[in-house]
Amino acid sequence: MMPSPSDVQTLTQLSYLAAAALFILGLKRMSSPRTAVSGVRWAGAGMVLATVVTLAFMGASSFNLLLVIGAIAVGGILAWVSGKRVAMTDMPQMIALYNGMGGGAAAAIAAVQLYRGGEHGLVHLIIAAVGGFIGSVSFSGSLIAFAKLQGLITKSVRFGGQKFVNLAILLVTLGLGFLVVAGADSGLPLAGLPAVSLFFASSLLLGIAMTLPIGGADMPVVISLYNALTGLAVGFEGFVLDNAAMIIAGTVVGAAGTLLTQLMAKAMNRSLGNVLFSNFGESSSAGGAGVTGSQKAIEASDAGVMMAYSQKIIIVPGYGLAVAQAQHKVWELAQLLIDHGVKVRFAIHPVAGRMPGHMNVLLAEAGVPYDLISDLDEINAEFETADVALIIGANDVVNPDARANRSSPIFGMPILNADKAKNVIVIKRGQGQGFSGIDNALFVLDQTRMLYGDAQAAVSQLIQAVKAAG
Amino acid sequence: MIDGVIALYIFMLAAFTGYEVISRVPVILHTPLMSGSNFVHGIVLVGAMVALAAADSTLLRVIGVIGVILAAGNAVGGYVVTERMLKMFVSAGKKQGS
Repeated sequence: MMPSPSDVQTLTQLSYLAAAALFILGLKRMSSPRTAVSGVRWAGAGMVLATVVTLAFMGASSFNLLLVIGAIAVGGILAWVSGKRVAMTDMPQMIALYNGMGGGAAAAIAAVQLYRGGEHGLVHLIIAAVGGFIGSVSFSGSLIAFAKLQGLITKSVRFGGQKFVNLAILLVTLGLGFLVVAGADSGLPLAGLPAVSLFFASSLLLGIAMTLPIGGADMPVVISLYNALTGLAVGFEGFVLDNAAMIIAGTVVGAAGTLLTQLMAKAMNRSLGNVLFSNFGESSSAGGAGVTGSQKAIEASDAGVMMAYSQKIIIVPGYGLAVAQAQHKVWELAQLLIDHGVKVRFAIHPVAGRMPGHMNVLLAEAGVPYDLISDLDEINAEFETADVALIIGANDVVNPDARANRSSPIFGMPILNADKAKNVIVIKRGQGQGFSGIDNALFVLDQTRMLYGDAQAAVSQLIQAVKAAG
Repeated sequence: MIDGVIALYIFMLAAFTGYEVISRVPVILHTPLMSGSNFVHGIVLVGAMVALAAADSTLLRVIGVIGVILAAGNAVGGYVVTERMLKMFVSAGKKQGS
């Protein structure tokens, strides 16, 4: 017996309802470490359910069905392989890439709807166009973010009047959007197919132009923002397609992503407007003007002895640790020190690594237990009682200028008070400035010693030195 | 099927839900959760599939195929990296407990 069309319709909608519920429950479970893995599996089950039911009942011609299955296979296999292979340190840009793909897909749905034109009412066209615009910006912007974090684009393109150029692109896009919605029979120039194509081209251009000037340090906030935007675009296209699962999942992600973006911006003491429009990130050398004094080097053997006979050590890991893949070595060093009777803690700045929580992921990968890891509020009072603060590849997040120097570009950013420790050992690749291009007052303090070298090699030397001292 | 005002209600309730689900999350889970929410909007796949299924010209088929490839990448890639990240938290937690 063949199911009737209305039965199929109801069945499909019910499966979408179940998928939406699974997504929300899954996200809920993902927000606690104990239930997190089951959370992503619940959400995954929802995705499989919605996809299979759609595939079975969407009523495509056999040629289109073949295209659908082929496209799923191509996209799915490429993403599966790349997702399995990527190193934990490269996670942020992979998230940016997959997120951009979602935005592109939403834009593609919008394009199909808009090229069809007249079949829809005005409200549907407007929402399709808005979703298409947001999706396109998220697509091209995320690809730029990916390219920057991956090191494919190393320069931030900036020129005078850039904001006005971006504003001009935005206005042109809005104008084209108006022509798109007005439709082919409005008699306006370009209206119809040319306007639709130009509308998407202009939206994509805006995403590129917006993201190019943003410095690498701000990328996590930008990726999070584009994640929220993709969610929103998916929600809008869900409305156009009468698809409740897309509306609910997209909007939930849009709201959650917006909150997450705010949390990240707050952790860096920057407003979102500031991130998008102030060209921070690698510009100013002016901020470093106040730093005078010279850096004092130390040998690994001396540093190892100092650490082996300490009571309490606070380790501050930063992006340099992630780049050098030194998280396993650092945990080995910490265990060795714990065996020596040293009290060891890890202090994590909210934006350590490339995203909030990224450093926790890396330390978890190395097997560091949660209870040794403290966030900024918990640990800051403890630096005064620490014999050694070991800074590994972190820079701006321990720069005391953020507390003291009003002229510093990072003034006001919450930092880890590593300068309050009795001794500070900084593992750093060279004497240069950090990611944001700002000189660090911590490095020239009297109690600070610099241990130059790649984080992995330097920590290995420290392990040898502590063993020798023991 | 989904009336305009009803759609607005869905938007509103879903937005509050998203906000509430995230608001009590410890910092250590921010990156995995962002990755997880990135996976969830991979549901755009069903929309792209429907759009491609209804395509009746070469232009629409090309756009549809691109859309489905991108959406499948979002869904599958998002799932794989999220699961990988979250699995590490489980193993770290077990070590701590034992």
